[in-house]
Amino acid sequence: MSLIIDHIEKSYDAVKALSDVNFEVNDGELFGLIGPDGAGKTTLFRIMASLVIPDAGSCLIQGHNVVKDYREVRKIIGYMPGRFSLYMDLSVEENLAFYARVFGTTVDENYELIRDVYEQIAPFKKRLAGKLSGGMKQKLALSCALIHRPEVLILDEPTTGVDAVSRMEFWDMLRKIQKEGITIVVSTPYMDEAELCDRVGLIQKGSLLEITDPSKPYDKDETLFSLKSNRGVYTYLDRVRRLEECRHAWLFGDQLHVTLRSERDTIQIKSILDSWDDSTLEWTKITPSVEDRFMGLIEREAEKSPNNGETI
Amino acid sequence: MGGREHIIEVKDLVKKFGSFTANDRLTFHVERGEIFGFLGANGAGKTTAMRILCGLSYPTSGEIQVAGHDVYREREKIKKKIGYMSQKFSLYEDLTVSENIRLYAGIYGLGRKQIASREEQLLERLGLTHIRNRLIGKIPLGWKQKLAFSVAIFHQPAVVFLDEPTGGVDPITRRQFWEMIHDATEEGITVFVTTHYMDEAEYCDRVSIMVDGRIDALDTPAALKQQFDSKNMNEVFLKLARS
Repeated sequence: MSLIIDHIEKSYDAVKALSDVNFEVNDGELFGLIGPDGAGKTTLFRIMASLVIPDAGSCLIQGHNVVKDYREVRKIIGYMPGRFSLYMDLSVEENLAFYARVFGTTVDENYELIRDVYEQIAPFKKRLAGKLSGGMKQKLALSCALIHRPEVLILDEPTTGVDAVSRMEFWDMLRKIQKEGITIVVSTPYMDEAELCDRVGLIQKGSLLEITDPSKPYDKDETLFSLKSNRGVYTYLDRVRRLEECRHAWLFGDQLHVTLRSERDTIQIKSILDSWDDSTLEWTKITPSVEDRFMGLIEREAEKSPNNGETI
Repeated sequence: MGGREHIIEVKDLVKKFGSFTANDRLTFHVERGEIFGFLGANGAGKTTAMRILCGLSYPTSGEIQVAGHDVYREREKIKKKIGYMSQKFSLYEDLTVSENIRLYAGIYGLGRKQIASREEQLLERLGLTHIRNRLIGKIPLGWKQKLAFSVAIFHQPAVVFLDEPTGGVDPITRRQFWEMIHDATEEGITVFVTTHYMDEAEYCDRVSIMVDGRIDALDTPAALKQQFDSKNMNEVFLKLARS
């Protein structure tokens, strides 16, 4: 087990940032932590990186306790914070050389590991880090986090605010790094990236709601339907929600995703849709994505404590 | 949608920074009441163009009108007819909910009585009346975003510019935010929006995609998907921005 998070608690004054968080990450796994801002992702990552001490519980990385054995932990992890920790007044190559020396290694020793990433920014190696574009800073920060060949790579929202093309390239790089035997723990606000992880933890308001494997069916999934129309689906949103049979309906790209109150309502719904006089309406049973699962969990949480939700 | 009034009219917009061309002959229009998605990779020139449309920066050349006003000569008039919201800059954290509403309404030139009555309506509609005196810094991000959007359209502007408005919130809050955007268009407000979430491109009436300072595609999401033989807008975007 590369990472064991055991009953972690953390508060900042009266604000509970993490409550009773438990999970494990297997050797060589790509594990994603998904959740909105303020859910506690960064606090948890800072605990893993030995930068914040938890109030209770323990965190082990490759068997080392992040509080007691922090020196050992820091040698074997690569940590990339959300705000990249680069020296803006050093050049690209100086940043990389600096991180290599801090970890008692050289750029040459592990160059193979970072070659793919670093070669994309190597043409600008004399440029100050402060003068790089966001995408280039991201690649340099990743190179610096990898230069000592860590056993566990901890990436806190590496793709936030980055466009879809750069995000996809970044995930291609992560897959290659994973093949080198490095365990990766990564957080992201983008649900499409969750689908690329081996397993995903869904976190909200300091609690880990669920751990799910995107490729496997999930026993708590409700039966989910999609509604499509050539006339556009927004016009149908209110109409669908007003149906007695409808439990929840949300926009989902060019579709509505709909859950029903009971399985039996399916036949009923079909005859209602037929009466709406739109021959392009398509009603299909679909497999829920990670985003659907997360939405289902939020809805169930909100139903448990109706006045406690963030949603209005 | 044809024949509607053009609330934004852009012809041959060029913006250069030294020898670098950030916007290269952009030509497009936005119709009254539509949701116009303005997409592009980081560094494609979106922010530059948006700043010009908001009257914050002069173009190098081109004919550009926003809400019937010229961006060279009538920038102050433009500023009164538009609203603006971004994820990075929206509300003052050390002012209360109510103070933020009144501050922005005042900046946009609304009168005292008007502000008072509309403030009540807004607080009620958002269900925030009970926390009107709470500091913005103490309320959840999802509420802040909804309030920031409401404040940006409080003076009933012709166009509202939304610069990556939905970052960092949970998927349900994000969808509720888009329902608010749709509601605003029903009141006749035009929405000009940038986003990195490609599913949100589907919620727009029309979408433009910028690559290296140019607009390489502009149409309805359905037409773009057909044109680029793609099953969703993410694929369309990747095909354009990668080539």
